[in-house]
Amino acid sequence: MAHYFTIFFDSVFVDNIALTFFLGMCTFIAVSKKVDTAIMLGIAVVAVELITVPVNNILYNVLLKEGALAWAGYPELDLSFLGLITYIGVIAAIVQILEMFLDKYFPALYNALGIFLPLITVNCAILGASLFMVERDYNFAESTVYGVGVGVGFGVALALLAGIREKLVYSDMPKALRGVGATFIIVGLMAMSFQAFSGLQF
Amino acid sequence: MSKAKDALLDPLFNNNPIALQILGICSALAVTNKMSTALTMSIAVILVTSCSNAAVSAIRNHIPNSIRIIVQMTIIATLVIIVDQMLKAYAYEMSKQLSVYVGLIITNCIVMGRAEAYAMKNPVYESWLDGIGNGLGYSLILLIVAFLRELFGSGSFFGLTILNPVNNDGWYVTNGLMLLAPSAFFLIGFIIWALRTWKPELQE
Repeated sequence: MAHYFTIFFDSVFVDNIALTFFLGMCTFIAVSKKVDTAIMLGIAVVAVELITVPVNNILYNVLLKEGALAWAGYPELDLSFLGLITYIGVIAAIVQILEMFLDKYFPALYNALGIFLPLITVNCAILGASLFMVERDYNFAESTVYGVGVGVGFGVALALLAGIREKLVYSDMPKALRGVGATFIIVGLMAMSFQAFSGLQF
Repeated sequence: MSKAKDALLDPLFNNNPIALQILGICSALAVTNKMSTALTMSIAVILVTSCSNAAVSAIRNHIPNSIRIIVQMTIIATLVIIVDQMLKAYAYEMSKQLSVYVGLIITNCIVMGRAEAYAMKNPVYESWLDGIGNGLGYSLILLIVAFLRELFGSGSFFGLTILNPVNNDGWYVTNGLMLLAPSAFFLIGFIIWALRTWKPELQE
């Protein structure tokens, strides 16, 4: 149990996907102007990560890994070079299915998420989580926990940044620094503060 | 001819993908603590953007509108797999250092964004130049950031010692912050600030 807790805690705080790996930055900067929308997007990311990382984990272990096709009679086959195209295909398909599912059964949530759902397909944080899962060789249970952790970490960082940016509107900065320039510097400061977590050991 | 020149040079300063369109920062910043990784990444991105732009533009009149994203995605993913396999074959150490970031070129918004915004509407040659131009604009920022981070963080340039660091009996006290993730954000923030002071029409 402690092992899973460590994976979860690591992916939320220590290895926060937005603030230490720089993934999902385009969305991170673009959708952090308001706290409400930031939280919405955070929820959508958690949902998509929760499904895609375990599904990609199954695909990798059953079909793509070296020797994984032994059950089909091809013990020497190594299809891991097809990984990238498989993962992005799975992500695009799952986002599409999730969109249709929400539209049919939870129209309120679907309307609230709006444009963010399709945008998630090209969010590097989603593909990045699948690639890290492969690189670290997680099993199915670990990858589920990791997926949720990455999503929560992204959501938390996004909501925090949105909170700061809402207040920042009232500050008197040099004109050229306003907007994106200042946001980058704030994200840098946030990333530094998140590095304080790396001293924690379990 | 001037349209071709615009397609190539505009993305360098006036419409820089990183500093102004805020695209493609995702996979970029983590590879900028050394010049060698930044240069490899730049070359990979230039190759993928130019080839994907040319390929998408070549078949732009045959792609049904409703599935264009998937078609573009497949073209880009194929190119990235080629680059990734080439790196694994000829520069294995480098591909280990870049880890997942080569694969993440797929979701690099520059590639996708240029295919969607430019290559779908323009002929092959201009699209190819536009791809190279945007790749160069991306590389420019990447290399500036990497240069500063490597010089001040470890006192070297492409691994050659320029400022002799203290722990090597030299005089330069290395700035550890420059090797950590946050410094890249500060540097990009300052680059955007400088660019917008130089060209006031770009301010928000």
